Amino acid sequence: MSDTSFDSSQTTEASFGDYFALLKPRVMSLVVFTALVGLLVAPGSVHPIEGFAAILFIALGGGASGALNMWYDADIDRIMKRTQKRPIPAGKVTRDEAFAIGIALSCLSVIMLGLASNLVAAGLLAFTIFFYVVIYTMWLKRSTPQNIVIGGAAGAFPPMIGWAVSTGGISIESIMMFAITFFWTPPHFWALALFMKSDYSDAKVPMLTVTHGRRNTRIQIFAYTVLLAALSVGMSFTALNGPVFLATAVVLNLLFIKGAWTILRRNEEQAEGDNYAAERSFFKLSLLYLFLLFTAILADAVLVRMGISLGGWV
Amino acid sequence: MSNFRPDHELHQRRRGRNFGLLAVLIGFVALVFLLTVVKVQNGGKVEAFDHTARPSLTTPEGGQ
Repeated sequence: MSDTSFDSSQTTEASFGDYFALLKPRVMSLVVFTALVGLLVAPGSVHPIEGFAAILFIALGGGASGALNMWYDADIDRIMKRTQKRPIPAGKVTRDEAFAIGIALSCLSVIMLGLASNLVAAGLLAFTIFFYVVIYTMWLKRSTPQNIVIGGAAGAFPPMIGWAVSTGGISIESIMMFAITFFWTPPHFWALALFMKSDYSDAKVPMLTVTHGRRNTRIQIFAYTVLLAALSVGMSFTALNGPVFLATAVVLNLLFIKGAWTILRRNEEQAEGDNYAAERSFFKLSLLYLFLLFTAILADAVLVRMGISLGGWV
Repeated sequence: MSNFRPDHELHQRRRGRNFGLLAVLIGFVALVFLLTVVKVQNGGKVEAFDHTARPSLTTPEGGQ
């Protein structure tokens, strides 16, 4: 038998890593981190094994919704440069495989989270998967420029799920953590849309840059950044009233507003001149923004637990 | 046995996938086992009516 039947360049046999890539590991890391903060700052106690299992299943649920997103969006992922190397457009995993993995892991993660923690957390995870796959991916993404504004809710649920794992419920603090991520999403994605240039228009995805123009997108980025700043600094005087959070929120929001102001003042010629340097740097800052703000929430909770609270502001 | 041909890249990939799945399954079983241990330890008394009257299941005198 000749070896020619096994020409590896023609096979679509996926490696383990290709299946793992279906779960969007980078998005999963954000889900894990915010859910972990929600779990740790909540006023309940969870056994470390239960906590570990809960975070793992929340991550798995997030990954499952990522696989279902890739299953549904395979056609536009083939067109967009940013997504062409994903397992389905790269020809490594079939759409059917992605669908099967997504459905199986969705069910497994929700059931296991319910068994490991409680039904409220499991219900929230199920709703998050439903929201991301059905509301965002299947409906909003291809029909309205508000796609990532409303769809951003899916990415904002993990800290609420983490909180629910510990307390078995929903409270004003967990809703505030939701709100931070919710209002952070539009400027984060619109900055990406600005420097991805024609990706979204090529794929006929009605991103704000495509439907309302790039100038309008710059204005919207600034508007949402100011809104986010007011919200997060304002939160420092309510339930999330730790001094570390307040200090971090003030510094980060000043930097964020400065970045958004720079984007607002630029036009396309200037942006193309330096290959969208300001937009790229704003996008990177947005990642740091969310990470540090949630770290600050955690730091305040740790200070309180250690009995060295500097006291709330309210 | 040096007569064997070296594995084709496809077989190496398939082996990697199988071992990956094996690791995931072992990890899952271990996690479920540990979760069970924790749930049983923290679950309080696991005792229910089994058609036999036992002192531990009866209401103490003067109790609520």
